Amino acid sequence: MDAFLHQVVAGLATGGIYAAVALALVMIYQSTHLVNFAQGEMAMFSTYIAWAMIQEGMPYWIAFVLAVAISLVGGIAIQRFIIRPVSNASVLTVVVVFIGLLAIFNAMAGWFWSHTIKVFPSPFPEKPVFGKLISNHEMGTLGVTLVVLILLYVFFKYTPLGLAMRAAAQNPISSRLVGVRVSWMLALGWGLAAAIGAIAGMMVAPIVYLDPNMMGGILLYGFASALLGGIDNPWGAVLGGFIVGVLENVLGAYVIGTELKLTVALVIIVAVLTVKPSGLFGKVIVTRV
Amino acid sequence: MKIDNRLLALAAIVVACVLPMFLRNFQVFQLTLAMVYAIAILGLTMLTGFNGQISLGHGAFYAIGAYTAAILMDRFGVPYWATLPVAGVVCLVAGFLFGLPALRLEGLYLALATFALGTALPQLLKYKLIEGWTGGVQGIVIIKPDPPFDLPISQDRWLYYFTLFVLLVMFVIGQNILRGRMGRAMVAIRDQPMAAAAMGVDTAMVKSLTFGISALYTGVAGALGAIVIQFVAPDSFNIFLSISFVVGMVIGGVGSIAGAIFGGLFIQFVPNVAEAVSKSAPWAIYGIFLIVFMFIMPGGMAAFFKLIWTKIGGKV
Amino acid sequence: MTALLEVKNLEAAYGQTKVLHGISFSIEVGGITAILGANGAGKTTTLRAVCNMVATKGEIVLGGKRIEGLATEDIVRLGVAHTPDGRGTFVQLSVDENLRLGGYARADKAAMLADIDRMYALFPRLGERRWQQAGTLSGGEQQMLAVSRALMLRPKLLLLDEPSFGLAPLLVREIFRTLRQINKEDKVSMLLVEQNAALALDLADHAYLLETGRVVMSGTAAEIKNDDNVRRSYLGY
Repeated sequence: MDAFLHQVVAGLATGGIYAAVALALVMIYQSTHLVNFAQGEMAMFSTYIAWAMIQEGMPYWIAFVLAVAISLVGGIAIQRFIIRPVSNASVLTVVVVFIGLLAIFNAMAGWFWSHTIKVFPSPFPEKPVFGKLISNHEMGTLGVTLVVLILLYVFFKYTPLGLAMRAAAQNPISSRLVGVRVSWMLALGWGLAAAIGAIAGMMVAPIVYLDPNMMGGILLYGFASALLGGIDNPWGAVLGGFIVGVLENVLGAYVIGTELKLTVALVIIVAVLTVKPSGLFGKVIVTRV
Repeated sequence: MKIDNRLLALAAIVVACVLPMFLRNFQVFQLTLAMVYAIAILGLTMLTGFNGQISLGHGAFYAIGAYTAAILMDRFGVPYWATLPVAGVVCLVAGFLFGLPALRLEGLYLALATFALGTALPQLLKYKLIEGWTGGVQGIVIIKPDPPFDLPISQDRWLYYFTLFVLLVMFVIGQNILRGRMGRAMVAIRDQPMAAAAMGVDTAMVKSLTFGISALYTGVAGALGAIVIQFVAPDSFNIFLSISFVVGMVIGGVGSIAGAIFGGLFIQFVPNVAEAVSKSAPWAIYGIFLIVFMFIMPGGMAAFFKLIWTKIGGKV
Repeated sequence: MTALLEVKNLEAAYGQTKVLHGISFSIEVGGITAILGANGAGKTTTLRAVCNMVATKGEIVLGGKRIEGLATEDIVRLGVAHTPDGRGTFVQLSVDENLRLGGYARADKAAMLADIDRMYALFPRLGERRWQQAGTLSGGEQQMLAVSRALMLRPKLLLLDEPSFGLAPLLVREIFRTLRQINKEDKVSMLLVEQNAALALDLADHAYLLETGRVVMSGTAAEIKNDDNVRRSYLGY
């Protein structure tokens, strides 16, 4: 029973990371109807930036905040210069551009910091506080994820800028008519998504070790979580993340072994897309002929 | 003086036949691989360029073809040339079966599902339960075939001509399919799916069949690739292989048959040159080219050459 | 009286289809101008053109300043509020959030919040539903919301696209009464597009008649109302 509880709680911790990635994906999807295939590599690159700063002697939390800030600006820049010009092009064009970004970030990480695996520090103390139930880092990850979610909730619900971003995503035309600069809202959405991705990357790196291909599997889980919860529903994405995290751990420990975990993500993705594309909490879109 | 397009193709074939005489074995081997990739890319461009279904996971069909050939040759002693049709059929069925649920997925969602397939595949290939067949992490080693009838040429050169033959056959068949009724149905579905259905095109059947044929082409390429490289292992069939095919398709020109050859040459030789600079250079180049091509040359090299060709008076 | 908005030889097109073939009109400060015409005459396009929501040629001058080519959101920030056809309600957001968005471009946040209460005083029905999701409101209530949202900007010029559309007569009278009140009290100039000519001519002081993208008649509301042709074609008697 203890072991099972441990799997569930650990699953919630990794679920928090999937929830963060899924949230980033949904944020970009909601405002643009695009899936950011490069989200994982962007998060990985942000993590490397943090690592480099820590290597230079910077204290962890300062490097953390700086990496998040750099990612925010970087995300805005990518939207302005690379995504915005092709935002009205065909789906194929947009997908190809995303894949291009994926390749560039992956290559740049390998170029600047080589492909050798690196250790990324955890900011949480080593000595176990919660016994066998959950490691300090897993608990800390859960805490950080919850703090991020709460901050985002407050931002979107109670600040004028958050309101403007929601409006721009839901109804860009009416938003312009109240003076909202819609294209900057989209850019900010990208910035926030990149920042969230950076946090996810820094939380997961101590567990899976830092290398350019670190986020590939996690991105897949992010997709599965977002689809499961409903790709246009942020809270669905978060819930989906936690569900997928627990499912992954429990299935891995008791049913299929740890080697087919990515296939689980694949099955979830295909199953959701074919059986209920709007996910558990998303809106069903009816196409008018 | 107007030059016929077909004369150009004939000239290209003659050059291709004569080329190995001037090259070393290793370079011939590289050209063979470029042709293998060209066939794989042709499969992808049929699906994405002609039928509008985006696949980011075609490496999976390449892998299925490769493993089919490897298992047949290694475990069952099947001769190398006989593995190609089997690999083709296996992938035709696999592609068709994948195409059925994929029918409900449009553009972005299909890209997502195929991306998941491409990412999850290496792990699937390493799965313990099927290790007996697949050789697990280590994969399978195949023996390089000898030229038939004791022909006095090296194995590499024989494989070059064999691959060239397969490529020509498949390209001609492909062109016939694409320029015939099937091809027109594919394009109609890509451009105006509802109008096509309203005009009586069996959309579901055409789309699934296109998936199957596309998988067949890439699967045959995979089988050929396995034979040429003499080796299959799970980690060589990761998401980056699928992305390489997309790069080849974009560079060559989406929906261009001849473009597939440019694409194959590109993804075979650019890494060779770029790797001299840095291990990461090839993928940086791929990424930059993908984005740049989408901005300024969406028709790829095929469109570019067509432009030049018409300017100097050739007939298209 | 000076002109708040002057439009000269305005042409507009959707892609290849030209809808406005060079119309000219003006609105005085504090005035209400109506644009009348049948379906497809180009009335909605005219409003969209003022806000640069459609490709245009010609001159648009607001308060002495040329505004054609400016981004929609920048034109809005110059004091032009637009109640679009279809109302453009943010259906997933609450009534209160819709109003707050209306005041988004304003710098004086405290006064903006006070204005929200003023809207609830003007339209009590909105106040009753302030936390409700805007998409669940009735057509009439959404129209009130649309007008309130536009007024939250404290605009100099209010563009109204068919405010009577699909509404019960009693409700329409209430809304038009409120519009008259706002025009008098806050000196908000209005450009009103309406299919219901009688209603529009009651409220407006000047009117223009559009037919397939051209101005075929213009004058004071009284002149237009008494014209025989207009009475027969547009007023039904």
